[in-house]
Amino acid sequence: MKSKFRILLVALSASALVLTAGLVRGDDDDGERGSRLWGKLSSDVRPVDSAAYKAECSSCHFAYQPGLLPARSWERLMDNLHSHFGDNAELDPATREQIKAYLLANAADTAQTRRSAAFANSVAKNDAPLRITETPYFLRKHDEIPQRVVLHNKQVGSFSNCIACHSRADQGSYNEHEVRIPGVGRWED
Amino acid sequence: MRNTRILILALLGAGLAQAAEPPAAMLDGYRAERAGPFDAARGEQMWNEVHPHNGENRSCTSCHTSNLGQPGRHAATNKPIEPMAPSINPQRLTDPAKIEKWFTRNCKWTFGRACSAQEKGDFLTFIASQ
Repeated sequence: MKSKFRILLVALSASALVLTAGLVRGDDDDGERGSRLWGKLSSDVRPVDSAAYKAECSSCHFAYQPGLLPARSWERLMDNLHSHFGDNAELDPATREQIKAYLLANAADTAQTRRSAAFANSVAKNDAPLRITETPYFLRKHDEIPQRVVLHNKQVGSFSNCIACHSRADQGSYNEHEVRIPGVGRWED
Repeated sequence: MRNTRILILALLGAGLAQAAEPPAAMLDGYRAERAGPFDAARGEQMWNEVHPHNGENRSCTSCHTSNLGQPGRHAATNKPIEPMAPSINPQRLTDPAKIEKWFTRNCKWTFGRACSAQEKGDFLTFIASQ
């Protein structure tokens, strides 16, 4: 083979490899189509960066990022802390307003990431679901997971327990390639 | 000499008797609301009481268990909760704002109403003894 041709072939192959690596590394679900190809690869939901939110909203459960629900959902939730999924999660008014402002400012419908947009776009305009696990995007992404590996799995228990399987959920990363279901192993569908 | 020895032993015994103290300002605040004296045994009794809510039994022990030296788990999410006993977890009973916040939430969840100053004083006295 002529050496110039060989160099060109190697260069083209290398470029193809680099370009397709980006496609493979990101999620290939159609929920995120319409965003730029090179969207956020490492942190697909903006991590929590409010000390108040972390302190007040992760004593009982995982610190869900604001970019997982639209602003109207967060508003409804924060206005009903006395009845928070069967619990009382009341806060003093000043802290409540501070956290509410943070959530609304960073909600899925205004967040600048691919996955947040997917969450927001999947929710009907007149809906304000309180549960992330009831958003159409979430349901679609988890529809091939059998109940036994979540609900009947002592190490997971519920679909709301993101961090049990999404090893970097606390950094805002929900990439399916990072999923390790306890007692089962990797899960990629 | 004998009296001195007795005195020293009595002081040592008093020092060992209680693992921690509730924040003094909190108990004073409750006394200002005409509560007190406070009783750890009453606190323990309330801790273990079971209150039915629409077919669901609720108690402090639902999340914290009846052994304050053990870690607990949130009844719904299973998130681990650090032990309540100050002798095991020295962070407990050090932050009055945090204590009041959890009284507000947990009394309403467990008893269906806010706790009185007397009840809070009894609870804190019980927890401090653990």
